[in-house]
Amino acid sequence: MNVNQPAPPGVPYGQPQPGYTGYQSSYGGQPGPIIPPSPYGAYNGPVPGYQQLPPTGVPRAPPSSGTPPASTTARAPSGQSAYGQFGQGDVQNGPSSTVQMQRPPVSQPFVPAPVAPLVNQPATFQPYGSLPTSSQVTTQMAGMQISAPAAAPPPSGLGYGPPPTSMASASGNFPGSSLYGSYPQNLAPPTSLAQAHSGAQTPQRSVPLQASSFPPSAAGAPRPPSIAGPPMPVQSFGGPQVSQTNHASSPSPQAQPPLPGPPGPPPPPMHSSQPGYQLQQNGSFGPARGPQPNYGGSYSAAPNFAGQPGPPQPPPPKRLDPDSIPSPIQVIEDDRNNRGSEPFVTGARGQVPPLVTTNFVVKDQGNASPRYIRCTSYNIPCTSDMAKQAQVPLAAVIKPLARLPPEEAPPYVVDHGESGPVRCNRCKAYMCPFMQFIEGGRRFQCCFCSCVTEVPPQYFQHLDHTGKRVDFYDRPELSLGSYEFLATVDYCKNNKFPRPPAFIFMIDVSYNAVRSGLVKLLCEELKSLLDFLPREGGAEESAVRVGFVTYNKVLHFYNVKSSLAQPQMMVVSDVADMFVPLLDGFLVNVSESRTVITSLLDQIPEMFADTRETETVFAPVIQAGMEALKAAECPGKLFLFHTSLPIAEAPGKLKNRDDRKLLNTDKEKTLFQPQTGFYQSLAKECVAQGCCVDLFLFPNQYVDVATLGVVPHHTGGSIYKYACFQVESDQERFLSDLRRDVQKDVGFDAVMRVRTSTGIRATDFFGAFYMSNTTDVELAGLDGDKTVTVEFKHDDRLSEDSGALIQCALLYTSCAGQRRLRIHNLSLNCCTQLADLYRNCETDTLINYLAKFAYRGVLSSPVKTVRDALISQCAQILACYRKNCASPSSAGQLILPECMKLLPVYLNCVLKSDVLQPGAEVTTDDRAYVRQLVTSMDVAETNVFFYPRLLPLSALPVLENPLSKRVRDLIDSFRAQRSRYMKLIVVKQEDKLEMLFKHFLVEDKSLNGGASYVDFLCHMHKEIRQLLS
Amino acid sequence: MATYLEFIQQNEERDGIRFSWNVWPSSRLEATRMVVPLACLFTPLKERPDLPPVQYEPVLCSRPTCKAVLNPLCQVDYRAKLWACNFCFQRNQFPPAYAGISEVNQPAELMPQFSTIEYIVQRGPQTPLIFLYVVDTCLEEEDLQALKESLQMSLSLLPPDALVGLITFGRMVQVHELSCEGISKSYVFRGTKDLTAKQIQDMLGLTKPAMSTQQARPVQPQGQPFISSRFLQPVHKIDMNLTDLLGELQRDPWPVTQGKRPLRSTGVALSIAVGLLEGTFPNTGARIMLFTGGPPTQGPGMVVGDELKVPIRSWHDIEKDNARFMKKAIKHYEMLANRTATNGHCIDIYACALDQTGLQEMKCCANLTGGHMVMGDSFNTSLFKQTFQRVFSKDFNGDFRMAFGATLDVKTSRELKISGAIGPCISLNVKGPCVSENEYGISGTSQWKICSLDPTTTLGIYFEVVNQHNAPIPQGGRGAIQFVTQYQHSSTQRRIRVTTVARSWADAQNQFQHIEAAFDQEAAAVLMARLGVFRAESEEGPDVLRWLDRQLIRLCQKFGQYNKEDPSSFRLSDSFSLYPQFMFHLRRSPFLQVFNNSPDESSYYRHHFARQDLTQSLIMIQPILYSYSFHGPPEPVLLDSSSILADRILLMDTFFQIVIYLGETIAQWRKAGYQDMPEYENFKHLLQAPLDDAQDIMQTRFPMPRYINTEHGGSQARFLLSKVNPSQTHNNLYPWGQESGAPILTDDVSLQARP
Repeated sequence: MNVNQPAPPGVPYGQPQPGYTGYQSSYGGQPGPIIPPSPYGAYNGPVPGYQQLPPTGVPRAPPSSGTPPASTTARAPSGQSAYGQFGQGDVQNGPSSTVQMQRPPVSQPFVPAPVAPLVNQPATFQPYGSLPTSSQVTTQMAGMQISAPAAAPPPSGLGYGPPPTSMASASGNFPGSSLYGSYPQNLAPPTSLAQAHSGAQTPQRSVPLQASSFPPSAAGAPRPPSIAGPPMPVQSFGGPQVSQTNHASSPSPQAQPPLPGPPGPPPPPMHSSQPGYQLQQNGSFGPARGPQPNYGGSYSAAPNFAGQPGPPQPPPPKRLDPDSIPSPIQVIEDDRNNRGSEPFVTGARGQVPPLVTTNFVVKDQGNASPRYIRCTSYNIPCTSDMAKQAQVPLAAVIKPLARLPPEEAPPYVVDHGESGPVRCNRCKAYMCPFMQFIEGGRRFQCCFCSCVTEVPPQYFQHLDHTGKRVDFYDRPELSLGSYEFLATVDYCKNNKFPRPPAFIFMIDVSYNAVRSGLVKLLCEELKSLLDFLPREGGAEESAVRVGFVTYNKVLHFYNVKSSLAQPQMMVVSDVADMFVPLLDGFLVNVSESRTVITSLLDQIPEMFADTRETETVFAPVIQAGMEALKAAECPGKLFLFHTSLPIAEAPGKLKNRDDRKLLNTDKEKTLFQPQTGFYQSLAKECVAQGCCVDLFLFPNQYVDVATLGVVPHHTGGSIYKYACFQVESDQERFLSDLRRDVQKDVGFDAVMRVRTSTGIRATDFFGAFYMSNTTDVELAGLDGDKTVTVEFKHDDRLSEDSGALIQCALLYTSCAGQRRLRIHNLSLNCCTQLADLYRNCETDTLINYLAKFAYRGVLSSPVKTVRDALISQCAQILACYRKNCASPSSAGQLILPECMKLLPVYLNCVLKSDVLQPGAEVTTDDRAYVRQLVTSMDVAETNVFFYPRLLPLSALPVLENPLSKRVRDLIDSFRAQRSRYMKLIVVKQEDKLEMLFKHFLVEDKSLNGGASYVDFLCHMHKEIRQLLS
Repeated sequence: MATYLEFIQQNEERDGIRFSWNVWPSSRLEATRMVVPLACLFTPLKERPDLPPVQYEPVLCSRPTCKAVLNPLCQVDYRAKLWACNFCFQRNQFPPAYAGISEVNQPAELMPQFSTIEYIVQRGPQTPLIFLYVVDTCLEEEDLQALKESLQMSLSLLPPDALVGLITFGRMVQVHELSCEGISKSYVFRGTKDLTAKQIQDMLGLTKPAMSTQQARPVQPQGQPFISSRFLQPVHKIDMNLTDLLGELQRDPWPVTQGKRPLRSTGVALSIAVGLLEGTFPNTGARIMLFTGGPPTQGPGMVVGDELKVPIRSWHDIEKDNARFMKKAIKHYEMLANRTATNGHCIDIYACALDQTGLQEMKCCANLTGGHMVMGDSFNTSLFKQTFQRVFSKDFNGDFRMAFGATLDVKTSRELKISGAIGPCISLNVKGPCVSENEYGISGTSQWKICSLDPTTTLGIYFEVVNQHNAPIPQGGRGAIQFVTQYQHSSTQRRIRVTTVARSWADAQNQFQHIEAAFDQEAAAVLMARLGVFRAESEEGPDVLRWLDRQLIRLCQKFGQYNKEDPSSFRLSDSFSLYPQFMFHLRRSPFLQVFNNSPDESSYYRHHFARQDLTQSLIMIQPILYSYSFHGPPEPVLLDSSSILADRILLMDTFFQIVIYLGETIAQWRKAGYQDMPEYENFKHLLQAPLDDAQDIMQTRFPMPRYINTEHGGSQARFLLSKVNPSQTHNNLYPWGQESGAPILTDDVSLQARP
């Protein structure tokens, strides 16, 4: 996912490509004389190991058909082409059709049947979601095996499948997978069992793929621009993926005969339609599954893993089998298949919800939907000692106003009348399903603090024979996990009901903004966008009032009162002491003032068309907006459209302090810190007024996002950044973001308090908000995309019986100006066995927490320290598991808990992210931007942010054919899932942008030193072993 | 003494000047013994329909310290084409243009009837007049509406090429940009912040961007102000625009809660107006016209807080030093006034409200710049509407009765020195040989700047005779004074008016009668009153009264004839006979008595007293009372309670008020409706006569007087009762109901000394 990030300038095509060929060749077991061995050695990291294999006589997958050699020979000379074979394998993580298209025609000879293409094309697109399947199951690496000792019985190694049968079936299955559907059918039958077993599939698959991707005429086929961007770099990086893809045909069995390998489970389904496959997957790591027979050798891999991209290392003797390492794609796919169809019913305590990547329906039966609260673990250690031992952070990612899919009902609104919501006398917790009514219903005992409180007379109700209130099902607050209370005036600022909020659009009209076409575009868009302001429920008209300000180094306010014949502009030059020059007519109802507003929006671009003012102010603009809201006595949101570093003489003036020399020094952290404390105090004032700031940046150069972002960040706002904004190329993205941002429902002037039952306590908070004490999270604004991550610590012993309860109460003002309390309740299990903890973890949430923790860390510690701490913590988590939960096994074995088997790969992605390990092309602003962005991301977003999706697209020369349309539909559907519009970049092979693309291939070794997945896993393993020994 | 009266009148008509003494005591010692100083009331631009201006430059004495203008008193050697300066005796060559002069071919300035002459000179570019409206929006709707109409109306009265600007203020100050189409723009300033001139100009974008200076482009010719400013535009161009803008003007929208005054940023508004003109049109005739409906309540120059429960300062507070904001506010406005005066602009204040508006603090703005000060109850009164209209009245030539940026340069012959001036002017601090150390009024200079003046603007100028007693002046010697007034005429021409006057010297010992007979008691009374009022601004009221009393006693001692211990023997000559009466009424006048007047009212009265000509000033000191009856034509009667009779109608003119008072019987008749009966038509005429006369007076007066029509027993009768001499009071035992005038409820002493 590319979150509005600018494309880093392309870097010349990298070297590492050839290395993979080596792999291939060795793999193929054909040390053909034609192929100079050296190129293969180039693969950095452990891969080279493969090279050695053949010589040692441990034959890995025998070359399937005769084809591979041919391909090798053909391609070897040109590094890229070598992929031909593996390219197919690439599919797993979304190799694009482009890749194939670009292959030199040479590869065509392999195509068994030119027929394929037409048939295949449709099929090719199906797999997007599930593509990457191949690698997941196979944890084994050459040198080691990852075993998931937990439950699932089915043995893992699809690929390894010692029993030839399995392989056969694997191949047999292939046809079934829609991904490659067509071709396997063609090919599979002919394949001999042996071939299949020996990994012949790879070539097979590859061949058809190529065939399919290429129009018959093949090579020179024009690439339709509509084909989605990501493809090309695959080639250069393809290596590891290749290995993964091969899982089906994985050579491992040969390489490691001892592998007891589960009896050949059905071959890895490439497609979700194969349920059996997932089972296997699970099995391979399933907790129940016995330790995998050692795959042997001590692993000596992980050379170089964290370091800079070094020269190719000598191949370690034994390595992890890339085929056998856990694949996120597979895990995601499995979860989808397993849990996507049934609704998730929240009645039971401590249920682990489906993954965020799975579409599922939630039925609230007493616990908050995971859309609202998602925990790192749903089973909490009873004691802090246990928790310390496990090192698994206990955190909840809370999205109080999360948007729900249409099929789920929004929280019910409960009105407890003039006396307000019923609450515990002592801890002030709100009435919820966990409260225990006693004494015939006259009192209730608080589930959080055990205090007994009288039931107010008007709330009294009899209990039935089970001790439940008779009205249990009539009252959302007794039967549901999430609901809302109408707040009374006591819950309002100054004991006055709030007025409906206001939106103020504050537009930079300096030279840069006008020249780039932004001002004109924006004004044009606002004319129609104002009809879509958020409205509550079925309201016919939005209650939100709007105001307009333009500015450069002075501010222009506009009076757009409906009674005026034309708008009035009021210039305030006194930026040192900002004030709002008008009261009446600044904030107006859109429908009443439509003509005046339209006239204004028509005139703004004209008025400033000839501006020569290049300097801008920033803080006074926010002050002005805040003052306007203060004067109008309402909360609201400022939409700031800003272009440049505010250097004009005014409060909050900034200087350019971008200094790349600070990278990797102790002072690097200053780049993330605001330049001046001024904005922090401004943010505080904004929060007090309920003034949320959304910042749209259009910088042409350094604007100091770290400082400009302070106010948006602390007020619960968002930052959007469009570097070098050009109307032609960025219009769609910006407008889409703007529309979404303006239209989305948002709560104002919010305070969030998280209450917990005795034994744990919320200790730390991450997100975009402001805190003036240690318990209340204050948010000037809060929308459905923003999350607050809360960390819990033990302060007492928990009991398995009563579990642990969390109640998150959010007091906010709705977009219609209604004061409400939204309550989310969640009950968790408690455990005395560490295994229970590890069995109920949620890795995505864990990563969300770890990323936020680390990203906050860079404010105060050197980046390297932060990285090391992350690695060390994860190593401890996994080591603890190994030590306490896994069955004894050889030290050389990497054993991961089923629920955390993706922890290493995801963690590696976090470590390689721009903030923690920036590449040369990543600007200081980008890092600050991403850092702030991640801080309020929810789990689904961090998941895809750190582990971007790769989707294969076949070549599509024609634009207006159904396929092309489907590609676009696909892109649209992805965009629809994101809170920000994704930039579409089409990358061609050998294009400069390939570097950008590579950047997202997070399982590969990255240019700026991030380890490849395999390397990292090795490293992790080493760390764990050190901890264990 | 008819001759002297005629002489005085002639001189006044020709030169606009009235001296306290028309024959001057020839020695310093004698002059001081005369009690009333040698001084004059001078009306620089006295309307002279008979005086066509000449279209050339005046000829100046070549002595750099003198530079007197050639005048009829100079000795001219026609043959040598030389003239001798009558002030410094420098001999000067005539300029070449005068080559043709001879006894029979004299230039106008040498003819005796042109002792006052006006030159039109070509100096610099002519910039149109500038009118900058500074409008308070914290008004009642009705008031604002009336004001808007007046302002819109005024646009039609302005010369078409005049530049106009608009600043509105309330809680904020808005400077309106007048040139924009489609959208009305204004620059807004916080009303609480004191800004420097530079800040204001920066914020209004009046300062050129630094770039242009760096580029060293040819600078615009010096003194060529850039005519187009976004904020000041020619009336004819933006007439419609501005009319609309004024029409859309709303009351200050900021809420005013119960018990509060609206927040009114008069101080900042004025400051911005001054800064705007300063930055755009320095030294060009411009009027800042402030329309305000209440006291400044915030920011620099605030006069009172916004809490209604704290009343605006009274004289009592001021005496008790209990006026919290006054000194600071005065300082603010004085600073502004001085800057305005330096720039040659003027500030008018039109204050209409029932309560005080802070004139006490703001008075200097008008006083130092020659601006108008108008005080009324509401903008929706004819008093304001007509007064405002009259600002734009025109003279016989169709020119506006306003002139700008005048400097008055006074030159004296060497027996005299200049002690100072009192009037709507500031000192230019030109110290010359003829500047006295004996100081009266605005002193220490021989030149003053009068930023705005009209044909009636009158200054009191005080002199000192410096001739020593032992250096007698030869018989028939005359002292001379020359007034050179350079100004911008309303037609934007630069003009110079030169008035040269001379009076005879007389030895006070030998020619005492001459001096005594040449005493102008009216001028003397006004001049002394100006001194007194000037002192009252800075001294305690009783001290000023004591000083006035002492002066009067000394004068009577000097010029009265009496036998010791015999009051009834006291006599004054005719030329002095009215003087004590003037002084009596002066003592009771609002100029010196603050009792019953608010500080604003005092400031207002004093403002006008310091600039009106002699006639008007005398009316102010001693109101005129006319009596109308069936017994004959209207006659002036004594300003005395004895004049208030039941069968009379009285018309009193105090300058500020016109009071028509119906005696008890008349009032009853009117009530009975006799005036409507044909057989009593004469009664109807009697009722109408004073009304017509009042109209006549009001037609010509600026500002419009308050018009009061009352009757015996009416509450407004107090305006009359407070002015008349209380010859009958409740104290002096006259039985009630006697036909002898009305008793006045006062403890004041009566003018008539009663043994």
